[in-house]
This record gives sequence, C-alpha cells and structure tokens, in this order.
Amino acid sequence: MIGKWAPRTGAPRTGVDKFLTLLRVLAVGLVLVGFAAFIAQEINTDNAFAQWANPDATGLSGAGFRGLVIAGISQGAMYGLIALGYSMVYGVLGFINFAHGEVFMMGAMTGWVTSTKLAEAGLWESNFIGSFVIVLFGSILVSTFLAVVMERVAYRPLRGAPRLIPLITSIGVSFFIQNMSIVLFGPATKSYPARPDWVKNKHTALQIEGDKIMVIAAAATSMILLWYLVERTKVGKAMRAVAEDAEIAALMGINVNRTIVTVFAVGGAFAGIAGIMWGIDFGSVIGHTGFLPGIKAFSSAVVGGIGHLGGAMVGGLFIGIAEAVGPLLILEPLGVSGVSQLRDAVAFAMLIGVLLLRPSGIFGERLRAEDRA
Amino acid sequence: MNGSSVPLLEIRDLSIEFGGLKAVNGLNMEVNDGEIVSVIGPNGAGKTTLFNAISAMVPITSGDILFESSSLLGLDANQVTARGIARTFQNVRLFTNMTILENVMVAQHCRTRQGAFGALLYTRAFRREEDEIRARGEEALSFFGSRLVGFRLNQPASVLSYANRRRLEIARAMATQPKLLLLDEPVAGMNPVESAELTRLIGRLRDEWGFAIIFIEHDMSVVREVSDRVIVLNHGELLTEGLYADVSVDPRVVEAYLGQETIVEDAIKS
Amino acid sequence: MTATEMRPGAAPEPELAPPRRALDQNWRRLARMGAVAAFVEVFIALSGMPVRLDERPVIVSILSLGYVFIGAIPIVVGNRIGRQVRREGVPVHKAGGYELLAGTLAGAVAAAGLSVLVALLTHFDIREPLVNWSPQLLDLLSFNRGPVFGVLIWLGIGAVGGFIGGGLRLLPARWRRTLVTMAATVVLISILEQLVADLVSGVRLEPVADWFYGRRGGLTHSGAGVTAAIAGVAAFFGRGRLKAARAHVQSLEGPARTRATSLMILLTAAILIVVPLLVGSLTNELLANVGLFVLLALGLNIVVGLAGILDLGYVAFFAVGSYTAAVLTAATSPRINPEFPWFVALIFVVVVTGLVGLFIGAPVIRMRGDYLAIVTLGFGEIIRLLFLSDWLSGWFGGAQGITAIGGVEIFGLTTVDGTNPRGVFYLVLVFCAIAIYVSWRLERSRLGRAWMAVREDETVAEAMGINTVNVKLLAFVVGAVLGSFSGAIFANKVGSVFPSSFLILVSMVILVVVIFGGMGSIVGVIAGAALLIGVLGGPKQPGLLAEFSEFKLLIYGALLVWMMLARPEGLIPSARRTRELHQEEFLQDAWLRGEVDTDDGNGDAQGTEGRS
Repeated sequence: MIGKWAPRTGAPRTGVDKFLTLLRVLAVGLVLVGFAAFIAQEINTDNAFAQWANPDATGLSGAGFRGLVIAGISQGAMYGLIALGYSMVYGVLGFINFAHGEVFMMGAMTGWVTSTKLAEAGLWESNFIGSFVIVLFGSILVSTFLAVVMERVAYRPLRGAPRLIPLITSIGVSFFIQNMSIVLFGPATKSYPARPDWVKNKHTALQIEGDKIMVIAAAATSMILLWYLVERTKVGKAMRAVAEDAEIAALMGINVNRTIVTVFAVGGAFAGIAGIMWGIDFGSVIGHTGFLPGIKAFSSAVVGGIGHLGGAMVGGLFIGIAEAVGPLLILEPLGVSGVSQLRDAVAFAMLIGVLLLRPSGIFGERLRAEDRA
Repeated sequence: MNGSSVPLLEIRDLSIEFGGLKAVNGLNMEVNDGEIVSVIGPNGAGKTTLFNAISAMVPITSGDILFESSSLLGLDANQVTARGIARTFQNVRLFTNMTILENVMVAQHCRTRQGAFGALLYTRAFRREEDEIRARGEEALSFFGSRLVGFRLNQPASVLSYANRRRLEIARAMATQPKLLLLDEPVAGMNPVESAELTRLIGRLRDEWGFAIIFIEHDMSVVREVSDRVIVLNHGELLTEGLYADVSVDPRVVEAYLGQETIVEDAIKS
Repeated sequence: MTATEMRPGAAPEPELAPPRRALDQNWRRLARMGAVAAFVEVFIALSGMPVRLDERPVIVSILSLGYVFIGAIPIVVGNRIGRQVRREGVPVHKAGGYELLAGTLAGAVAAAGLSVLVALLTHFDIREPLVNWSPQLLDLLSFNRGPVFGVLIWLGIGAVGGFIGGGLRLLPARWRRTLVTMAATVVLISILEQLVADLVSGVRLEPVADWFYGRRGGLTHSGAGVTAAIAGVAAFFGRGRLKAARAHVQSLEGPARTRATSLMILLTAAILIVVPLLVGSLTNELLANVGLFVLLALGLNIVVGLAGILDLGYVAFFAVGSYTAAVLTAATSPRINPEFPWFVALIFVVVVTGLVGLFIGAPVIRMRGDYLAIVTLGFGEIIRLLFLSDWLSGWFGGAQGITAIGGVEIFGLTTVDGTNPRGVFYLVLVFCAIAIYVSWRLERSRLGRAWMAVREDETVAEAMGINTVNVKLLAFVVGAVLGSFSGAIFANKVGSVFPSSFLILVSMVILVVVIFGGMGSIVGVIAGAALLIGVLGGPKQPGLLAEFSEFKLLIYGALLVWMMLARPEGLIPSARRTRELHQEEFLQDAWLRGEVDTDDGNGDAQGTEGRS
C-alpha cells in the first residue's frame, strides 16, 4: 500500500486536487479570520469587525488565557508522553499500535488501585511524595508489562503481514483491553483519593497549579531519560538500527526481537507515567479514558513527524495547546456557541489540517526504509 | 519512420534529483513513431529513473517531457498512460491475485467508459464493453501464443512461471493500447531460447501493433538484434547515441562499462 | 484446527520429535499451555461471565452457560496439547497414551487456576478493585459446597475434561467430528432458544416447544437428548453428502450453474419472507436489527473488502443518513420543516451522504492506509460532536436529538415503524437485496477490477491507467450511500435519533462483523452479521444472548485479534482474499494439481525457484 503521499508539485488538475486546495485555503482562512476577530475583540468588543464576527463576544481575560495555555501545556505533555510510544513503534514496525491508548488507560487504572489502597492505609495523606513514587512505579510496571505481552501475543506473529493486518489487530487489542478493564473493575468512574493542598494550589509567578508543574516536570524528565537511552546507550543504538532496517540490523548481530520488545516496553513505561499524570491531574479514570487521548497522542506523533521522538513531544504540546486555546481563539470569536464541546473536534481537525498542509509533520518523518514512499 | 517531422517523444534538458543526488542530468533525447530504441548503460546510470520520469512516477526537477508535442509535466501516472505510454517493471509487478484475464482487462481501464450505473443496470452498452474488453485482452494475451490463454485465463497470475509473468506484464502493457511502450529489462532472467523468442516478439510488436518501443536492456544480443537506435546513459547523462554498430565500438561506452567491456566485445563477436 | 498453523508470517510451529512413551512428556510445553489456560480461566471467572451466564441454562438443572465456558477450556487445552507432527508440510495428529496423559495433566493445570482462585476467594477480599470478586463467584465455583470441595472438584473437572480432550484425538476422525458436532449443536440450539421456540410456536406446535425447552430457559433433558441424537446421526452419516453436494454444485457450469444459483437465491428469499410471518415481534425486532447491520456491513465491505480502504469512521454515514431522514421527515425537527414522506427524504439522504462521502473522502483518499484509518475515525468523531454540539442544536437538537419521527409510509398502504418490527424487517430486507445486488454487480465490473488492482498494488494500478483517487473515492461514496440507507431506516424504526447512537463503537462493531465474516465476501459478511449481531447483539441492540451484553464488546475485541492471528480471511472467505493471504499454500496446492507452469516448451530445465 504505497500511497501517494507528498503534496504534488505542479498545478492542480483533477477535481479532487482543486477541492483539496480549496479546503486548504478555507482552513487557513478560517484560522486567520478567527484569530483576527479574536484580536479585534480583545482590543475592543464594540468595533465593527468584532461585532460582525460575533456580536456577543466578551473577549478573554489575560488570566483566563494564561490558565488555558497552562492547562494545554500540561495536557499536551501527557499527549507527548503517550505519543512517544506510538512514534517509536511506528518508526520500528511501521504500524499504528492502536491499543497504546489503552496501555495509558491501564496505567491510570493501576494508579487508581494503588493510590486508593495507599489512601486506605493512610500513607497517601501522610507521605504523599513517597506514595506517589510507589504509585508511579506500579503504573510503569503494569503498563510496561501490558505493552510487552501485547507485542508477544498479538503483534509478533504478524510481522511481515500486509500493513493493515497489524493495525486491525491492534484495534481488536484496544477493544479487548478497554472492555477488560470494564468487566474487571466495573463500569463506574474511578476517583483518585483527594490530593494534598499544595498539589491543587497555584505556585510561582505564573500561577501554575502544583499538579500541572508535576506533569510538566515528569514529561521533561522522561524526555531527557529517553534521549539518553536512545542516543547514548547500546540499547538505543540497537533501536535506531532496527528502525532503519531490521533485516540489516539482524545481520549485524542485533537481536531484533529483543529490541522490539524494548521499544514496546519503553513506550509502555511512558504511557504508564502519562496515566499517573492523568490521574493526578483529573482525579478520575474510566475504561474509556484511553481512547480519545490515544487518538490525540497519535495525532501528536503525526504532527511532530512520526518516528521523530522530539517531534512527538512538540506535537503533543502543539495539540494540547491548540485544543485548549483553539476553540476560544478561533471559533468563539466567529460566533460559534458552546465551543468547549468542540475541543475534541478541534484536535481531530488539527490532525486533518496538518495532514493536508504538511503530511510529514513539523520535523519530518523518520521511517523504515521500506515505508518511505 | 512514417515521415512525420515531429518526434513522438521528446525529452528536453531533463534533470531528476533525489536529495542532492543527480539521477538524471540534462538529458535530451527523442523517439520517433514506430522506432525501437534501446537504453543501455551501467548500473545506476539512471535508466529506470528515466522510465519512472516518463511515466510520471517520480517528480522531475527540471526540463520537459513532450509526448506528441504536448508536455507530460504535472500529469498523474494514469493520465500519462491514458495519453498512450505504457510500461513494464524491472521486477515484474503483476496483480498476482487477479486472474490472468483480469490482469489484461483491468489495464484497459483508461480506454473504457462504463461506470457504476452501467454495471448496476447491466445495460447493453455495459455488456458490449465488457465483451470488447475481454476480446481485446485475449487478443493481447494470444500474442504470446497459447501460453496465457485457454485454461490459464481464469487462473491467478501467481501460478505463472517467471518467464510467463514477464510475458503477461508485456501483454498487460499492450492492453492499455499505448503508442509508446516502455520495457524495463524485458528479457532479464530468461534463458537464451526464451530471450531470443522475446526479442523477435519485440520486433513484431512494432510491425504488427505499431508501437514505438523504448527498452532498457543489459543483454547486448537483444539490443543488437532489434534496436533501431541505441542510447547510452552514464551517471544520468547522455553518453552517446546512434546505431548499435557505432555505439558498441565507441571507446567512451567501453570505458563506461569499465571491466564490463568484455561483455560488449563478446556481444560484438557473437 | 489447522488454521492456526497457517497464519501468515508466523514462525512455523516447532516440529516435535514424537516421544516414545507416555511418560516421556514435553513438560515445558505442557506447563506453558496449562499456565496460559489457567490464566484465561481465572480471567473469565473474574470478568463475571460465569456468574452472569449462570442464569442461562443450557440443559435444565444440569448445565448452565456459565459453566460451559470455564468447563470447555480444559477440554480444548487437553485436545490442543496433543502431539502434532508435520509430514511433508501437512500437520498430522498423533494419537497414543501420550495424548491422554498430556491432556489430563494440561486440563488439570488449566482448571487448577480456578482451584487457586477458590482458595483465594475464601481467604481474601479484594472486591474493591475487582468487582466480581464476590461470594456468588465463590458459590458458583465451589458448587455451594464449601471451598475444599471447590478446590478439589476443579482439579477433577480439569483432569476429566483434559482426558476427554486428549481422548478425542484417539478416536477416528468421523467419531470425533460426530461428538463435537453433537456438543456444539446442543449448545447452539439452547442459545437459539428464542428463535427456535418462536418459530415452532409460529407453526402452531407450542406443545413441542414446551416439551423441548424448560420453563425458565434451557433444553429439557429429553430435548437435549433428541437434539444430540439428531445432530449425531446427521454428522455421522451426512457430512460426506453435504460436501459432495457442494462439490457437485461447484462443478456445474454454464446454465446449470445459473439454475442452481438462482434456485438457492429463491429458496433463501422464500425462507426470509416466510420466517418473519411465523415468529413474534421480539424475534422480528432481532431480525430487523440484524438486517440493519447486514446493510451497514455490506456497505463497509465495499470500502474495506473490495477497495481495501480501512474506514474507521463509517458510522459517520450511518449518522448522516439517520439525521437527514430524521430532519426531513419528523415534524418535531427544529429549524427545517418540510416533512417529506420517507421515500422522498431518501433521495435527499442519498444526495447528502454522497456529498459528505466526497467531502470526507477527498482529503483522506491519498493518505497512506493507516493514516487514512485514523483520520476517518477523526471525521466520524467530528460528525458526532457536531450533531451533539449546542452550536448546531438549532438544526439537530444537540444532546436531546430529534424525537417523534414518523414511520415509513409505503404508498399509502401501510406505515412501517418501530411498533411493527416485521414491516421494518421486510423494508431492511429490500435494501439488503439492493446492497447485495450492488456489491455483486460492481465487483464484476470494470470498477470492481480497478478496486482489486488498487488493493493489490496501488502504484502499478496507477501506472496501468487507473485513476486511483477517483476509483477509491467512488468506493468510499458507494459504501457511504449504502450505510446511509441503514441510517435512514434506523431513524424511522427507532423513532428518534441521538448523537449517542453514533459512537465510534458502532464503526468498530461493523468492522468486526466484516472481518469476522470475511472481507470481500458477501455471504461471509451476512453470516458474520447474523452470528455476531444476532447472537451477541449490536452496540446497543440486544441479541439472543441478552446475558452477554456486558461481555459482547470484550468478545468482539478478542474475536478480532483471534481472527487476525488465526484466520484473517474470515469465516466464509472470498476466494480471492484467501489467495492474497495464503499465497504460498495456494501455490503449493496448485503445484500439487500440476497447474503451476514451468517455463514451457523451450528446453528450459530451470525451475521457477531462485528467479523471482
């Protein structure tokens, strides 16, 4: 399945091409007009342009805007952490591990189990940091294990199958894990125990909530660790070699199977971290938690350039900020009501927009030789 | 050949780069109606890239490709085929799970019109067109004797032997009703008997079906046998062109083949 | 049985040197298989399936569906553990004392998982995260006789089950098949209780139904006996004949073949027309639901099966069809009030969905297959969110949806709506027939061939003069329109549309149906929908096994994975798809029949190996 991928040079010819050009222009135009209207409304909600775009506009306060951006960044950091797993697996095996979002969800689920148990024992309140570390390691352990089992059971037998087969399988795996968590833990929303005050309070000059700081710090630490792993260790070298060409890597004496397992394990571990961050930040988890963040994280990986690890994190931040700010920045000024409902729609529209305008992502794709078309 | 002054295919200053690597560099060439031109050159000389450029499968960096005096630039591969250029692939690429007949039927896609409604209403026009497609497909297949017809028609292409796959691929290209046929190493991997037979068929393709043919070939006996003209590429540039007899003794060609010169000499002797 | 050995790309199963004596076991394999099975047993137990399904008897007072699942696993493991040797590439079952011992042990290990679970259930309470860690589970597993009995009985059941499983290998194939058929038929007839009982009552044989099925569900002893006996006799004597009959039909050619085919179609049509008249509204409701999903699955089959485009947002077209029909026919629809008759609205449905199909299709169609899947999924979600949003609630009613949609008026004769499931079924049947005709005709046309070519090798298809973009877009749109029919009927059947009916989940379920049935195979897709939607139920629609509703999605997921690993061509595969997925085996078969040609006639001594 080699698709025609890059936007074609030369004048548009077919109807589809013209339509796509129109779409691109419309998308860019919509964003520009919306943004212009936003600025106009920020300056003065009574000027003619602002009134034309949305007579009911109220503008957005500076604090509100900052709050949105910070929420977007912390959300985006989670997407970025999940996106790393998608990006790494895609880079090495060339397929979308659709079930990766569920690995994240199981991380959050595990966090709920361990944290409630710790809260029952009274440790959660008395020693939050200590329990947090335990919870974190529990989640990393479970997510890593789940990702590795998944690879072994569902994906390894399908190496070399037509491209869509492992994708369909991963959809099945995702379905299975999602419903597994529902039948095992029940369909109700799982609430994390109450967090200590300093996690909820705002800190520093920028008025960032403690949980957001934790998320951002965790994401930054993870990125550094991952960078060290991939660029500075032997394992990382093996990963890069397998990503480039698995067959040649095998000929060079690299254990391809073990490397692929490592890739899944590392991806799973990051998804576990993201799961805990989700739990700390939003305080609850249900069986469907993994689905949307999973898709958005994949979108982040695509936006950043799939296979590019730094790109995954940047893409995550991009999507996170865009979906937090976008509705209020672009849609609200244009008179769309109830914009917060359209958050997810904006995230998907971002994915579609990026694929229309720059399909190889911000930093360009890094794919296996055979996947480059 | 038939006296028209405008060449069928004209390539002007064609350059193709892949990330800084110049696969084809400032190439000029022409092919006339009913002419058989062979393209030779050492590995990596840009022969297949040239084919890919003509059939719009790689973007070109600069230059122009004119077919029947109008440019092919910016066309999709299917539009190029619709204009009348068909090709085969170096590593045979058939629709292996489709039957042999379906392979040649599907190639007539751009020559036929019936859409979904004709098929749904099973109109008379639809049935007539299906019959025509089938007849033309079988005609193309029977060009290769009885190998691809009869009970083979409804077998998947994957059961064919290597040589027959090559033949089917040529039949498939013929079925698109081209004016110009691009054959990428048509006899590669065939034994001498098969390759001699196919060489004769290439001549017949021009004489009976009226195609102009460009083919890439390493087998000098084939090149000598059928080509009206030989174009030699080296490092993406035109080294020389002319009659086989002239080109094969050109020291630059021998030089380009470097070490492979014996092949050229052997071919001349034999 | 052999399907697992044939999966593409899988490492070949290790060839086992046949051990001489029964005690000379392959202990490692035994432990591994046993442990995996034990894990599965515990998982099933903790999923709550046995407790929930215990309410559903298979045979009155002897066996409930809850025990069928956990009880069948030791038998399966006991059977699978048996030796298998490859003779010239063909797997052959060995049979001997080894099988019995290995089976017994593996079965015991598998069921030992439940023994351990019983022990743990008695001593610990972790109901907090695991909702099914309940006294009911303990009671069920220990047969209400205390933990010690529970621990021991499962070891016993496992050993016996494994022994039976291993023993099946020792039987001649004919007997083995007969026994398996008997057991499967009893379970199946019990599952189909509602349908069978309804049908039997429909032909005024209520007493037979009463005698056959117990008052609170499940086969009576005599019912089970008769079922098993009939199935046994049929399997023992009939199988060869069935095969022969099929081979005979397949060997027919020309007019005879056409006659046989049309006879079969007529027969099927007659059954489908008569059966709804005999059954009650509950069963008709079920049939109508199955029909709606058949229609959706046929539509998706064109997109996925024929053109090879993995569309995960197929529900979008179902939604658009539903909403268009609802907005145009319902008096209560906000903002737009033409209130067309349904068939007039259907024209708009086709136009609107076609346009939406083009709009969604155009940007995605050039994308790589897997990106396309995710982006279509995004579109599916966007469409739902738009229907849900306050922004467009003026048109579509937001979360409140559109209610009080009238039925389908058929030429002033009758009105078909949710209160008349029989009418709905017939309506769906008509559209299914249209969809089947469309799929069948298109597959055998210029367009169908182009789809095949695109699916096989897009680059070459493009080079052979096929406008791949247009061709794929057309598949997308045709599939969309077929899906919208289903949506339009759905809206007027249910009488209301809500955004929550159009979750991505629906797309996934349809995809499972198509893949389970067999991509590209019309019969397969219909069978898949009938089995999955009919028995397990759709995303919101109950199936025959209403007790399964909590677990059906879990099973769908597992089924999808298992299908991809073991039988990617589906239940009833299309010949072509099988060829694609099992090309090597196909070539071997062709070679055995002498159909692979070697380079002919030219004194060519070389084989085909090493050249391609």
